[in-house]
Amino acid sequence: MSLITRANIARTLLLGFFLLFTFVPLYWMFITSIKPSDDYLAVPPVWFPAEPTMLHYTAALFAYRGLDGLINSVIISAAATLLSTVLGTLMAYSLARFNTGGQHLSFWVLSQRFLPPIAIVLPIFLIYRAVGLHDTHFGLIIAYTVFTLPVTVWMMFAYFRQMPKSLEEAALVDGCTRWQSLWRVAIPLAMPGIVAAAVFAFIACWTEFFFALILTSQTAFTLPTVFRAFLGFQGAQYGEASALAMVSLVPSIILGILVQRHLVRGLTLGAVRG
Amino acid sequence: MAHVTIKGLHKHFGAVHVVKGIDLAIADGEFTVLVGPSGCGKSTLLRTVAGLEQASEGTIEIGGKVVNDTRPRDRDVAMVFQDYALYPHMTVAQNIGFGLRARNFPRPEIETRVKRAAKMLNIDQLLDRLPRQLSGGQRQRVAIGRAIVRNPQIFLFDEPLSNLDAQLRDEMRSEIKRLHQELGATMIYVTHDQIEAMTLADRIVLMNAGQIEQSGTPLELYEKPRTRFVAGFLGSPKINFIKARLENAGIVFADGQTLKLPAVDAQRYAAHAGKPVIFGIRPQHIDRAPMTGSPHIKSTVDLVQPTGARTYVTFTIGGEPVMAELDAHDAGKPGDEIAIALDLAHFLLIAPENGNVLGR
Repeated sequence: MSLITRANIARTLLLGFFLLFTFVPLYWMFITSIKPSDDYLAVPPVWFPAEPTMLHYTAALFAYRGLDGLINSVIISAAATLLSTVLGTLMAYSLARFNTGGQHLSFWVLSQRFLPPIAIVLPIFLIYRAVGLHDTHFGLIIAYTVFTLPVTVWMMFAYFRQMPKSLEEAALVDGCTRWQSLWRVAIPLAMPGIVAAAVFAFIACWTEFFFALILTSQTAFTLPTVFRAFLGFQGAQYGEASALAMVSLVPSIILGILVQRHLVRGLTLGAVRG
Repeated sequence: MAHVTIKGLHKHFGAVHVVKGIDLAIADGEFTVLVGPSGCGKSTLLRTVAGLEQASEGTIEIGGKVVNDTRPRDRDVAMVFQDYALYPHMTVAQNIGFGLRARNFPRPEIETRVKRAAKMLNIDQLLDRLPRQLSGGQRQRVAIGRAIVRNPQIFLFDEPLSNLDAQLRDEMRSEIKRLHQELGATMIYVTHDQIEAMTLADRIVLMNAGQIEQSGTPLELYEKPRTRFVAGFLGSPKINFIKARLENAGIVFADGQTLKLPAVDAQRYAAHAGKPVIFGIRPQHIDRAPMTGSPHIKSTVDLVQPTGARTYVTFTIGGEPVMAELDAHDAGKPGDEIAIALDLAHFLLIAPENGNVLGR
């Protein structure tokens, strides 16, 4: 009895500590976003402001153009995720089923990630400026597509490889063309993998800062780049930064809720001998 | 329904030569079983007929038309896979009807056909289930339903029963045989199980190392094997091979005991007299003999394995283990001295140097 209780206490403490670790910063961010500026660094700390204010939100979204950044981020991340997922899935299927390019091509795809981004950002910047892609949505979309492709391809490659080939072969004999067997059998079965790959790609695009900073300025700037404005010579704009950070969480949370169902594995169970 | 003609078929996977020159004509409505040990090329041959593999050399004709460059979907074949290959995201009804949907059949027709096929296979109460909710036997029935619903020219089976347990396997085997009788379709069936081959086939094609070792009716192969490999592959328990020498007096075993051959046989094998041979005899053709009188070989019982009506008894002849299938009451016990009669209407003599059966 006492042993069980002790284990329970230990578990509760551990979970409690973990919850604190996760939620206190979030709470602090939320509180800071509605605190009047004078309360930011007050001693003792203000745990809940007497007079909450939405001032930081309006400033961050409009004065600092956070809303534009948010819209740009949604457009660019969504488009790059879509492209990366579609292209990556097709590439991975080709690599997995037709052994396209032998064993070297698949590794070459992954090896694109070995290159430190800083090594290529200047050439890309120069090229973009020369061809007029600098500070365009399209420019950032293709850049993000290219950067997220290796991981997408690699994830889907692994996924297709563990999927039994006989399902697609059965479809071919049953009367499908190659495309139909991909579309009607392989893709539906790979959905959990595709969703997972898409989530990874989206998160990578959504949080990307470095390329957005170099490749955009006044038009196609993304949400992360807006934050740079909150660190100025007169100090940090804690309230505005927190408000915008709160806003930037929203799409991630919506995405998480939407795809949660698909992320559950095990759809292939029962396909073949179980 | 259609006949299949395979001419000079070769298949390479990179440097590996898997199918090495197959010539085979399968008649309309025939049940042909491709059998052989793992890696003999039988599955590859079947997949080449299905169009899932490209022939490296040679031609395949279905119904008189060369189909080497025809896509699987246009060959009008149906295939049942070893792992069933049911689409896990579709119900039983959708699985069975998939081929018809892919070919744009009208919806009502799909429905009636699916129902008819399901009824034939006793799975009509499972139509709304998903594959993962089915047992192994039920899954295999769905896979077969998916094949018959399309009414194809050729049925291809790739080791369809090897994932089932023994009892289910017997049941499904009868089912497939019954199906062939009802549909009268051409069926090509791959297995490594000689019992399946013997029981199902109109014709067995026994393959070894990418080539056809022998083909013929099950009884032909069983009774008149052309090589040691064929003799050893078919029959259970396995045929006994005993090293011996052929002399004018008869077969001389390593321990000096001699088995006198009937005059006809002595004459037939006269050309090989004085040479070493392998004497082959099936366990069913060995019996106990009275200790006196009729010609016999003497030995000592080594091992007794009862199976019910029959008992497998192991002893040695000329130092080599030999198994006999005896009446349970004749079996004796280990250590018994016994006299053995070998049925000389059913024996084989094999040339040790090439494994060919002599006198054929």
